[in-house]
Amino acid sequence: MRYNVDGKGFYGEFGGAFIPEMLYANIRELQENYLRIIESEDFRKEFKYFLKNYAGRPSPLYFARRLSEHYGTQIYLKREDLNHTGAHKINNTIGQILIAKRLGKTRIIAETGAGQHGVATATVCALMGLKCVVYMGKLDVERQAPNVLRMRMLGAEVIPVESGNMTLKDATNEAIRDWISNPADTYYLIGSVVGPHPYPDLVSRLQSVISEELIFQLQEHVGRNYPDFIIACVGGGSNAAGSFYHYLDNHDVKLVAVEAAGKGIGTGMTAATITEGTPGIIHGSRTILMQNDDGQITEPYSISAGLDYPGIGPQLAWLGKTGRVKFEYATDDEALEAAFRLMRFEGIIPALEPAHALAALGKIKFSENDIVVVILSGRGDKDMASYIKYLENRSCKTPVNINM
Amino acid sequence: MNRIDKLFHSGKKNILSVYFTAGYPEVDSTAGIINSLVRAGVDMIEIGIPFSDPLADGPVIQKSSSNALKNGMSLRLLFHQLESIRSSVNIPLLLMGYLNPVLKFGMENFCRSCSVTGIDGIILPDLPPEIYTEQYREIFRKYGLYNILLISPSTEAERIRLIDSITDGFIYMVSSSSVTGVKQGFNDEQKAYFERVAGMNLTHPLMIGFGISSNETFAEACRYANGAIVGSAFIKMLEKEGYSDENIKKFVKDLKKE
Ligand SMILES: Cc1ncc(COP(=O)(O)O)c(C=O)c1O
Repeated sequence: MRYNVDGKGFYGEFGGAFIPEMLYANIRELQENYLRIIESEDFRKEFKYFLKNYAGRPSPLYFARRLSEHYGTQIYLKREDLNHTGAHKINNTIGQILIAKRLGKTRIIAETGAGQHGVATATVCALMGLKCVVYMGKLDVERQAPNVLRMRMLGAEVIPVESGNMTLKDATNEAIRDWISNPADTYYLIGSVVGPHPYPDLVSRLQSVISEELIFQLQEHVGRNYPDFIIACVGGGSNAAGSFYHYLDNHDVKLVAVEAAGKGIGTGMTAATITEGTPGIIHGSRTILMQNDDGQITEPYSISAGLDYPGIGPQLAWLGKTGRVKFEYATDDEALEAAFRLMRFEGIIPALEPAHALAALGKIKFSENDIVVVILSGRGDKDMASYIKYLENRSCKTPVNINM
Repeated sequence: MNRIDKLFHSGKKNILSVYFTAGYPEVDSTAGIINSLVRAGVDMIEIGIPFSDPLADGPVIQKSSSNALKNGMSLRLLFHQLESIRSSVNIPLLLMGYLNPVLKFGMENFCRSCSVTGIDGIILPDLPPEIYTEQYREIFRKYGLYNILLISPSTEAERIRLIDSITDGFIYMVSSSSVTGVKQGFNDEQKAYFERVAGMNLTHPLMIGFGISSNETFAEACRYANGAIVGSAFIKMLEKEGYSDENIKKFVKDLKKE
């Protein structure tokens, strides 16, 4: 089975570049150049340099002893939360900014939901001295004030988007409109494995550094270069795609993607695209998305702003359809509980997104000797307000009497 | 003969096409606006299918689109509203929209409904020509439906010729690197682009759209093309003045004034 992109930009029936003619030249330029650039010696050297010396890679692979005991299996955490700016997003933005420079672009635009990708983009733009404009839904600007300030401190212009529902989907639309209007000097630095071809392939290649490191880290830890399970959360799907990348053809590795179920499947307040969505076109890509019977894209819901996307990367849609990746989901409450468990067992405050991956640990049957890698895609600083609110609502301030 | 071909073969100059969003300002204002536009003397009408995520549209059409959706507009309802439109309207009618609602409706179902309703052509900016020819052209042909393709200032000559060989009826020439919206006049770069394309001797007529908002821009566009398309400016007028027959007549008259 072919899991990677084909010559026309498709993964089976998913993917492609469904873009208006105004974007054709820009997308074409990227399609024709991205592989040449990222496979060049010069790019690889520079990318590696910044990943190591700037982002702090390789991110540790950490054996979570107490969590392992709790679940009766061998759990390893891939510590993307320890990267500079606090998530895996920096891997992608370093890679793409180096591509933008090689294409001679001088102005960078990006979309952001929670602000993690926006911060990671503003960061590399400061690093490279490039102009940075970040589109963010007006609602998210209000909900994620600290990240808005971070971006502005880093020199980015943050534009609140007032169209549609004023969230990530609309911020992405607005970034695309900006690109239509500024085709010559502007590079669209997309934040996940979504959008028209070649973005899904491009971003998954840049994020594949996660699985590249797993190969040698697992060899060191367990004497075998692959695990039995890799579990990752999915918004657009970039941390999942990157951590699955080098294991797609190794069928001994079970790949699990965890979507945010929000208030629960069937409640109408969920972001579980694969479970509740249907095929269609979103942001230039044919994939699975949440829409109504008239083909209008609907607003997803999750407590985690980073998983709150109505679509999913086309490769993951394909991996789900072919059965290569098993999809699980976790509700707000399950994710919160898993997050507090990690805090209390391992002394790590995770972001709400990977808390969904952690929640899946309770839903899968493992055997005692299984090697289970959970991608800890980000740290919890940005989610303090949500955590505090949760504790207050449960009127269990301190100590946390979470069911462990 | 398709009504679009008939219009362009008639030798008529300064063809005026007007775009508006179905279901805006009121859910059932669609047919009335079409009839008023016909009485006002426009040559062709593009009926917008509202979509939640109109990527190629500026604020004016975004807003009319989301208002139309709030009004309860849908493709199903649109075909219902247009059921008897051909008893009073003889000019070409086109549907313009985005691919997702059409795919959800079903491409074959959509084309069949268009044909039954008397729709002459379709404009789907996010359906690339390559995918169209591979997957959908046969269905369009089967129902005698025209698919109109776009070119933009960044479309290279070779690709313009490719698009000329695939499009039906005419080429929709996007006037600038931008989304839809009202603009003040054309700059030299745009004029050079109009001239370059006009000089290519393409097989299909040209209609210039995006940013045509006034008597001046309409007249200027018509110097380079068979006609022009007005969208945002018309919707702005509907929003401000309302959709009475009189207002629409005045809007069209002002645009066409020599
Ligand atoms: C920490 C973290 N994890 C995961 C995600 C989800 O993105 P993706 O599915 O592309 O990895 C985000 C998005 O903002 C994030 O901030």
